Amino acid sequence: MTLEIQTISKSFDTKQVLDDISFSVNAGEFVSLIGPSGSGKSTIFHLIGGLLKPDHGDIVLDDQVITNQTGHISYMPQQSSLFPWRTVLDNVLLGQELQGEKDTERAMMMLEKAGLGDVVHAYPNQLSGGMKQRAAFIRALLSPQSLLLLDEPFSALDEFTRLDMQKWLLSIWEEYERSVLFITHNIDEALFLSDKIIILSANPAIIKATFTIPFARPRSEELLLSAEFLDWKRRLTEAIQA
Amino acid sequence: MKKLIQKGWRPLVAILLFLVIWQLATQVFSIETWLLPAPSDIVIEAQNVMDRFWPHFFATLQLAVFGFLIGTTVGLVIATILHLMPRVRETFYPFLILSQNMPVIVLAPLLVIWFGFGALPKFIIITLACFFPIAVSALSGFQQTNRELFHYMKMMGATKSQLFWKLELPNALPSVFSGLKIAATYSVMAAVISEWLGAQEGIGVFMTIATSSYKTASVFVAIFIVMVISLTFFGVIQLLEKFLIRWQQKGEEG
Repeated sequence: MTLEIQTISKSFDTKQVLDDISFSVNAGEFVSLIGPSGSGKSTIFHLIGGLLKPDHGDIVLDDQVITNQTGHISYMPQQSSLFPWRTVLDNVLLGQELQGEKDTERAMMMLEKAGLGDVVHAYPNQLSGGMKQRAAFIRALLSPQSLLLLDEPFSALDEFTRLDMQKWLLSIWEEYERSVLFITHNIDEALFLSDKIIILSANPAIIKATFTIPFARPRSEELLLSAEFLDWKRRLTEAIQA
Repeated sequence: MKKLIQKGWRPLVAILLFLVIWQLATQVFSIETWLLPAPSDIVIEAQNVMDRFWPHFFATLQLAVFGFLIGTTVGLVIATILHLMPRVRETFYPFLILSQNMPVIVLAPLLVIWFGFGALPKFIIITLACFFPIAVSALSGFQQTNRELFHYMKMMGATKSQLFWKLELPNALPSVFSGLKIAATYSVMAAVISEWLGAQEGIGVFMTIATSSYKTASVFVAIFIVMVISLTFFGVIQLLEKFLIRWQQKGEEG
């Protein structure tokens, strides 16, 4: 699975939001897009998701042009987008349901693993914020599409839950080896999780810099305080402010 | 139960007080029974007419229930069509509003001219009274679909029918139920009105006969029964709502 974004530009009315953006996500790679708010990160997601049509450029998934076509990627939005009238189990099965086959057994197994085994038949508003996002991520993983788009999935969580969720996400992701494109505005989060970080500038968004992050996997919490990590953090911060 | 007593005693006392004042007033001012019967007269009258009343009761109940079901179906179908076809909505939404500015009672004699005294004009009247609150509430429920969920569905490649059945319809359900509750009370009222136009039996017929012979107590019995039917309808729909929209209540408790 390879995603290629080829020289994408997009304007709304007269305001140009994206200017000549190109990058790729390789098979099994974890790529983060980082940039200030209003840098068109969500627009990039909506373009990849096929909700918007770019003014120029193409989006290619495994040699197939998917520009302005929906249904090719698995998506996890910012806020919990669990359906309030569906139980946790029915929610995580939704992605499969839209495409055809449902695999309830696998869903149960993954929910069990995620510590949601006791709440499979509960409704989303009985869950904590972290639990909701876990369920939303499992829904994205269970969906048949091979590329995961995660749009600031932890931005609404408190700092403690957030770190737990990042560790949890890494452990699950390392096991399933899916390609991930991750949006965040948190440098620590991007560094901790990614193989590659793409820094965007705002108005219009262009790619300022791309970094390949060399930290070995599996990664643990200690990495966050290592000299190497702090050094990378300085480099990224400088690149963002440049 | 304890909660019910705690919350319910005030209105209960108010109702009892109202009945007591009514009873006393009719005696103190010696008001004629044909003008305003005392609550005690109404109770006695109710016992007397009960046997004769049942067929009327069932006729109206049947009319109201079927009328309500037809009205609900029409309302939901109209809302769905208007929602899924924006052009049609723009064209016909004003008609929908206009149809409600025409009082049903005014239309009733016309319907009798067109369709006679059978069941059809009665169902038309009830449907006209019922469909509007349901159509409007369902339509606003459809339009208030959560944008995040909508985007998610679109991105995941949901078809138009998947969007409707899996997202828009369940999302509109709470709204639909507020419309259903209004429509339920309308349906009973419309059923009685439609019977005034001419019918073999029904509470409306019973009332017409009672009024023309100045049996005011009987009229009050009928009014009371109409209230009971209305309240029961309302209660049944509320129960159905609790059952169908469990996901909302559980959240409120937790």
